[in-house]
Amino acid sequence: MSTVELSTARTTGKATGEPLVKLVGVKKYFPITQGIILQKKVGQVHAVDDVDLEIYPGETLGVVGETGCGKSTTARLVMKLYDVTEGRVIFNGTDITHLKRRQMAPFRREMQMIFQDPYASLNPRKTIGSIIGEPFRIHKTVSEEKIKSEVQQLMELVGLNPEHYNRYPHEFSGGQRQRIGVARALALRPKLIICDEPVSALDVSIQAQILNLLKDLQNEFKLTYMFIAHDLSVVKHMSDRVAVMYLGKIVEVAPGATLYKYPKHPYSGALLSAIPIADPDLAEKKQRIVLQGDVPSPVDPPSGCRFHPRCPNAQFPRCSDVEPPLAAHRAGQLAACHYPLDDVQVNAVKAE
Amino acid sequence: MTEPEAGRDRTRDAANQPLPRDAELGSETSAPVEATAPPVGAPSSAIPPSEEPAPSGSTAQDAELESLYEQGLDIKARSQWALARRRFLRHKLAVGSLIVLILIFGAGIFAEQIAPYSFSEQNFEDGNLGPTFHNQHYFGTDVLGRDYFSRVVFGIRTSVRVALLVAFLSTIIGVLIGAIAGYFGGWIDNLLMRFTDLMLTLPILAVLLVASALLGEGSPYRVAIILAFFFWTTLARIVRGSFLSLREKEYVEAAKAIGANDRRIILRHMLPNTLGAIIVNLTLTVATAILIEATLSFLGFGVRPPTPALGKLIEEGQGEMLIGHWWLVVFPGLMIVAIVLCINFVGDGLRDALDPTQRRTT
Repeated sequence: MSTVELSTARTTGKATGEPLVKLVGVKKYFPITQGIILQKKVGQVHAVDDVDLEIYPGETLGVVGETGCGKSTTARLVMKLYDVTEGRVIFNGTDITHLKRRQMAPFRREMQMIFQDPYASLNPRKTIGSIIGEPFRIHKTVSEEKIKSEVQQLMELVGLNPEHYNRYPHEFSGGQRQRIGVARALALRPKLIICDEPVSALDVSIQAQILNLLKDLQNEFKLTYMFIAHDLSVVKHMSDRVAVMYLGKIVEVAPGATLYKYPKHPYSGALLSAIPIADPDLAEKKQRIVLQGDVPSPVDPPSGCRFHPRCPNAQFPRCSDVEPPLAAHRAGQLAACHYPLDDVQVNAVKAE
Repeated sequence: MTEPEAGRDRTRDAANQPLPRDAELGSETSAPVEATAPPVGAPSSAIPPSEEPAPSGSTAQDAELESLYEQGLDIKARSQWALARRRFLRHKLAVGSLIVLILIFGAGIFAEQIAPYSFSEQNFEDGNLGPTFHNQHYFGTDVLGRDYFSRVVFGIRTSVRVALLVAFLSTIIGVLIGAIAGYFGGWIDNLLMRFTDLMLTLPILAVLLVASALLGEGSPYRVAIILAFFFWTTLARIVRGSFLSLREKEYVEAAKAIGANDRRIILRHMLPNTLGAIIVNLTLTVATAILIEATLSFLGFGVRPPTPALGKLIEEGQGEMLIGHWWLVVFPGLMIVAIVLCINFVGDGLRDALDPTQRRTT
């Protein structure tokens, strides 16, 4: 898939101008080794395999897919917490793929991350004040005397009581901890915030609070989000565009409304058909696409289209031999499928 | 976010919040108040213990709650250390042991002031005395008429000095090697850990005896340095293991995402979370070092005479024991047993107190 195609497929809405983040042919393989002293490589996990992705300033790009499909790895590649095996990561026009830690410093200020588990992402031995203040101390953007007031402003901003400055993480509830994580990510006023399943560890009642907080902050600070989740309704609520991943590949990218109305890739269709409907009468009419079998191992992914062993539309041998490129469908919609869903199938799935 | 929204969110959070620390405090300082009115009592007990406990009555408590929120900014966080101290102080055996240890170590430190004689002063008229109050020979005298109480007190000083030095040095080496191996991983980890394995396969006692034989009996410091060289292995493995797991924690990842360098991550984020294990290991090393030093001295190596060390005293006394001079072995032996036992109890207490997952303070 070429980048030209992607940019022509760019959509209406907020996705305009030069992309803030651009992934070009990014691959991440984790080696599997054996042996204690002389380690030999016996295989590799194809965690992310040839991903092209663009995130535009001010938009929210949702990334969905089941566990182990490479969503979080992609996020960590953008953050440069992992080094890419192949491909390039371009941030705001600069290639940051091979930058050293020191050279990364200015870019670290521009992008931050909110983590999935609010219980694991805060150091249990540090006070809230020093956790949120750490970005200031590392980047020295604020003088030492002013850090406390800055931190307390941030705490107020995310809906925490600034009086709790000296408390420890274990004294807070999950939702409050996630607010702490948001405050830390916001400290340096980044352009991009990567949210790695920020609400999946929280109660449903708290999820809405955090999501609304994120939306408010986006409006206030013109933030760009890469929003990872496996909850499709959360992604629908948050995202301008949605990318669907399967086994380390992006199988479909489309504006949220388009994807939820007219999914093209059978996998997207299957995901959408799995959303429960609250109305039992409607739910009865709905036809679920139930996928057969399990996700194949990313150590040895299937040939051709990676989805072909489980795909209801698969036709052989084309699907098992030829890897489908991302092709344009509706405005801004790209799907990597030889035999995409037609509208009849889509309507059956939706049952509306 | 608009201002009223923020305010509403906050109050809701504040109301939902369990206030765990305050509840803890309540259980100790104002238990009666809590018993009479548990729902309102819990938050009100967050008032520092210096203030008068409120009479049970909801209006008074509400007022207190108000004033608490007003002065809230000044409420200092009780640190993890304070919590650990509280937990430790509830461990009766450990506290008792600590007191005994302080007494014994204090006797060693102030040996000059406590001992009625110098450790080498000979008085042939009073030779081979059993424990007696005559001339303050509480632990008796040896064949040369040296006061045994004085020798034991000075022996404590030597042994404890060696043990503390061993613990200190081996902790530094162990933390350094373990942290580097665990944090960086890869071939560095491999190299350091294989070296550690090699050290662990050495029969320590045999090697120590050979080293002592080659170098001869020497100053307590030399003995300590040789011992330290063999004692860091366990700690290195503990620290490495802990770092391996900490490295994958999200808060370490978060620190990297912020742009923290390796030194900051190791010192500020990972080491504090390993500190419990390190401190406990340190206390246990002190106990082991005292035993090994005693063993070495007993076998005739270690500290050079006439400087007394506890093991050395037993070695000198062993022949005499056969002719009924039991005090020459029993008193230094008792000291070793007391020190090692107490250190182990203190170590147990510390391990429980420093475990951050243990919230229970009662």
